[in-house]
Formats: sequence, C-alpha cells, structure tokens
Amino acid sequence: MIPPAAFFILAAVLFVLGVLAFFVKKDLLTQFMAVEVMLNAGNLAFLALAKSLGKAEGQVIVLFVITVAAAEAVIGLAIIVLIFRQRKTVQTDELKDLKG
Amino acid sequence: MAELFWLIPLIPGASALLLVLFGAKLSRRWVAWQACSAVFLSFLLSAVAFVHLVRLPPGAPGLTKTLLAWISSGPFASSIAFAFDHLTAVMALVVTGVGLLIHVYSTAYMAEDRSYARYFAHLNLFTFFMLVLVMASDLVLMFVGWEGVGLCSYLLIGFWFERPAAAKAGMKAFVVNRVGDAAFIIGILFLLDNLGGSSFAAINEAAASGLLSSGLVTLVAILLFIGATGKSAQIPLYVWLPDAMEGPTPVSALIHAATMVTAGVYMVCRLSGLYAASIPASTVVAWIGAATALFAATLALVQNDIKKVLAYSTISQIGYMFIGCGVGAYAAGMFHLVTHAFFKSLLFLAAGSVIHALAGEQDMRRMGGLRKHLPVTFPVFLVGALAISGIPFLSGFFSKDAILTGAFAGGQYALWGAGLLGTVLTAFYMFRLVYMMFYGKERTAMEPGHSIHESPRAMTIPLVILAAFSVLAGYIGLPVFFGEKADLFGRYLASSVKSGSPHIAVSTEGLLVLLATVSALLGIALAFVFYRRTPALPSRLASRFPGIYRLLVGKYYIDEVYDAVVVRPLVRGAEKVYERFDLKVIDGALNKSAAAAGLAGKGLNFLQSGLVRDYALAFLIGAITFLGFLLL
Repeated sequence: MIPPAAFFILAAVLFVLGVLAFFVKKDLLTQFMAVEVMLNAGNLAFLALAKSLGKAEGQVIVLFVITVAAAEAVIGLAIIVLIFRQRKTVQTDELKDLKG
Repeated sequence: MAELFWLIPLIPGASALLLVLFGAKLSRRWVAWQACSAVFLSFLLSAVAFVHLVRLPPGAPGLTKTLLAWISSGPFASSIAFAFDHLTAVMALVVTGVGLLIHVYSTAYMAEDRSYARYFAHLNLFTFFMLVLVMASDLVLMFVGWEGVGLCSYLLIGFWFERPAAAKAGMKAFVVNRVGDAAFIIGILFLLDNLGGSSFAAINEAAASGLLSSGLVTLVAILLFIGATGKSAQIPLYVWLPDAMEGPTPVSALIHAATMVTAGVYMVCRLSGLYAASIPASTVVAWIGAATALFAATLALVQNDIKKVLAYSTISQIGYMFIGCGVGAYAAGMFHLVTHAFFKSLLFLAAGSVIHALAGEQDMRRMGGLRKHLPVTFPVFLVGALAISGIPFLSGFFSKDAILTGAFAGGQYALWGAGLLGTVLTAFYMFRLVYMMFYGKERTAMEPGHSIHESPRAMTIPLVILAAFSVLAGYIGLPVFFGEKADLFGRYLASSVKSGSPHIAVSTEGLLVLLATVSALLGIALAFVFYRRTPALPSRLASRFPGIYRLLVGKYYIDEVYDAVVVRPLVRGAEKVYERFDLKVIDGALNKSAAAAGLAGKGLNFLQSGLVRDYALAFLIGAITFLGFLLL
C-alpha cells in the first residue's frame, strides 16, 4: 500500500514541472502540453484525496475534468493550427499583436 | 348619463392621443370628423350633466368622481378627482360649445394647411386640458390643466414655426407665463403647508371660517392672482397676448379670446371664498383689472393689425371681468366671461374670415369697402362689434352693465368711472375697425385674378350661430329693473360663488344703464366722425399730439422696458454663466476627467506587453499570493 502522501508529492512535482515547462518553452504547442500536465497533476491530487477519504466525489470530478479537457484540447489544437496557417509560426514571442 | 360626466375631458384627450399617434396616416376628412365629434360628444355630455345639475334640489352638491389616487406623501394626499358644479357647468359648456364651433370653422380655415392633423391634435389636446382645468376639484389638479393649456397655447401660437416671428411669440408666451406660474406654485405650496390639502371647498371654507390667518389669505390670494395675470394677460404680464396673434386665427379665437385667457377669472371665481375673505387682495384684483381695461383699450386705438386690435380688446375685456371679481360681483365677472366668449370668438372668427377672403391680409389700412363682398361676415362682425361696445339689448350690454353696477353698488365709484371710460374707448376702437374694414374706399392690394370671396359654409355657419348667441346670451342675466328674479345667471351661480354686492335702487340702476349706453354711443359717434365723415382727422390729430401718438403706437414702450430691465440682463447673465460656469466648470471637468483617464491609460500601458508568458507570470504570482494568504 503506497501512502497517500506519495501521490500528493508526485502531483506537486508534476504541477511544478508543467509550470516550469510553460515558462521555459516558447512554442505554443509545448506550452499547451505543459498546461495539460498541470491539469493532470490536479486530477491526480483529486484521485488521491478521494481514495484516502473514501469518497466518490473526487473521482466524479476527475471524470468531468477529463471530458472537459478533451473538448478543450480539440479547440486549443484547432486554434494553434489556425494560427500556424495564418502566421507560419507558433512562437509566442512573435504573437504579440495585443501589445497596448 | 350624467354620472358619466368624468368622460367630458377624456374624450377629446383620447382623440388628441389618436391624432398624435396616427394623424399623419389618416385622411383629412377623417381627422376633421374625429376632432369635431370628440368635442361634440363632450358638449353633449356637458349639456346632460348641466340639465342634471339644474334639476337637483337647491343646496344639493354637484357631481363628483374620484378617478384614482395620485399623490400620497405624508400628511398630503391628492387624487385625480373631477367635480361638476354650477360654476364648472358654465365653463364646460362654453369650452365645449364655443370649442365645437371653432373646430368646425377650422376644418375650412385650415383646409390648405400641410399639418392638418397636428393642428387638430393640438386643438383637441387643448380642449382636454381646458376641461381638466375647469373640472378639477382641487388646486393641484387645476394646476395640471393650467400648465397643459399653457403648453397647447405655446404649441398653437408657434404652429407655423417656420416663421421666426411665430416661434418667438410662442416662446414669449411660454416664458411670460412661467413668471406668473412661479407665483401660482408658491401660492399652492402655502396652502398645502397650512391646510394639508387643496380642494376648493376646503380652501374657501378655511378662508371664510378664519382657519387661515387674514395675512396668509391675502398673501395666497395675491400669489394666485399673479398667476392669473400671466394666464389672463393682465398688467404686468399681458405682453405675450398681442404677440400670440401669430398663431392661426381660430386658435386666437378659442385660446386667446374665449377660453384659456379667461382661466384666471374662473380661478378667482372658483376661490371666491378666499378672495372675498381678503379685502386687500380683492382691491388689488379690481384695480389691476381696471388699469388693464383702460390701458389695453388705449393701445387698441392705434393698432393697424385687425387681430392686434382684437387682442388688446380681449386684454381690456378680461380687465372688466377682474373688476367684477374684485368688487365682489363674481357672478357678473362670470357673466361677462360667457358673453365675451361668444362675441369675442365671433369677432376673431369673422376677422379670420376677412383675412381668408383677402388671402392673408391683416392690415386694416389695406381693407375698406368689404361690406359688399362679404355678405355674411359683415353683418355678424357688426353684431359682435355692437355687442362688445355695450349697445342695449345685446349680450355685452347686460354683462358689462352687471359689472359696472356691481362696482357702483360696492361704493367703488372710481372703478365704475374707469369702466365707463373704457366703454367709450371700446366702442371707439371697435367701430374704427368696422369703418376701416367694411366701409369707405377699397384699399385692397390684391393681385389681379384673385377676387374677394365670401368664406365657405363651414366657416359662415359657426359665425351665424355665434352671432345669435352674442345677441341672446345677455338675456340670462337681466338687470334688476326687469324684476328681482330676472338675474337667472346670478341666481344659478349663487351656490358656487360668493354672491355679490348690495342691491341698489332701481332708479339709480336705470341711470347707470343710461350712462353706459350714452358712453357706448359716444364712442361709436366719435369713430364715425374720425373714420367715416372726416378720414383726415386721425392723422391731423396724430400730428397735433405727436408725443401721445408715438407713445400709443410704441405701446407705451413696455416691451422695450421689459427688454431692458428683464430680458437683456437675463440674457447677459446667462451668457456670463455660460462662459464662466458652463465652459469652464462643466466642460472643464469633463475634459479634465477624460484627460486623466487617458493619462492613466498611458501609465499602465507597459503592463500590456502582448506576451503570453508575461500574463501567465502575473497570473502565477497572483495565484501564489492568494494561496499564501489562504495558508498563512
């Protein structure tokens, strides 16, 4: 039996890795993947809590998050593809038209 | 049927609403029929209610109807309630009766006008507000009607608003009336403060019973009377009425002769208890009336625009009504109001018929000899002129005599003398009009091909009806030597207004009547000498007394004085305020705040780098800070 703390530590590590990747990387696609990592870190924490508290709500929420994440991935990837078609690049440093 | 009396004002009101909303889409025929039948229905209902009222046993209260609660604020409550008593019945019949004839007349007079529906919408709206004014059972609702008729007056004076003079005249009427209305509102507020209500019955009773201190009664009565001087064009606020002649002639007849301008007289009669309780206020009313009657009559002597003559004549005649009210002969004042409504609207409509026949000419110096061309207009105008001059056995004779007798009986010999002198002047300027318009050489400057023609029947029939009333209306209030009970009108009104002055001996009254008749005939004779027998006389007289003549033609320079004392300082003050406050403070604050927003935007500009990572960093820092707060 693995103690619940191990899951939390893993989730925290995954989350921090996602954040770091988001800031270090400069292309949209990788940054998008970093976001997904953060999302799943959250999922893992939810599951660990659900297991250790013996409640089902956490698992239900995870199922919802996976569903929503799937939809979000579709839209996000579609946006990235469209941006690429328009600009021939997905480097976020070059996409700064909203500068005030 | 009589219980439905509260519909009297609402029918023209509904018609006006329909015409305002859909008038542009309706045919002219439909508009004319709808507007006239709305007033006709009101007239029928008024007649039914009147008959009901007459049949009631003496002392019984009139009809009342509360439509809905209106204001309820602390101790003060007011509801929209109509009342129909003897005094109201007189006004309602005059407003709807004369109003109906003028509506019919207008269908022909305005036939060529582009804004036919707008005209009738405003005319119906006026009828609505005027009926609200006369049927209101308290002062606050009356004030609503009071302002409403003022609005309609403004709209109709400025009906041809493309003409700068008309637009300006409408504005003048509105602004001058504001001055009076300010005093009127203050008067109402004094009453509300001290009585907690403003129903006419309560006010009259409180004034009579001494519930209100005599100083307060005088103050309120004078404040309300200042409002009346605005609406009824008395000194010092009469200046708007002559200019109001810029409106269409039927409007002058309805609003600026027969009904709206007499609202002040009606108000004083409605509050006769209040005015009777204050001798100083009554004295003010009577003397303002007498001064106005003489003053306006002298101005009418030298005007050349036929409508202006009639306008000054209206001011003068309303002065007579106020003399009646001021000396306590309220019924006589109302009596003159009724007869005046008939003969003055007759004179205006006949003048309109002349103007119509001459394609818009209003200057009497370019008329003359019209008697042959206008076989209907001439006799009815003559009847109106005889009636207003006070020739025996026509209506004006009886009503003017009632007022003068009231003044004499009250011991106010100076007022009586002023009234008598006014009679000479009235007869003189009226017959100056008659001789200039209908007799003598033709001085018309018509372009060839346009012949002078009598007006259509829709115009002449109302004229004939009004002429009949101008002759007959006097017989409802005969003087005392026809018997104690001859004054039907006075006895009829006795339950609504304070009854008048002490009776005087029949022989004295006979003498008064004789004097009044002689002065009227004197005026006519003078006019005959001046304008028929020796037409050179007026100009010789004018060059003999150039000062007086110029003073009269210049209208005593009152307009100029007001302009210098009131209008120009106000305008200059407004300009100063515009420069100092509007431009600097208001516009300045606005511009400065906009500049400040711009500056703040520029300052915060650097935050919006457009880089996703910067935003994410800000987000992260925020999240960590928030979490930190949550955990620690």
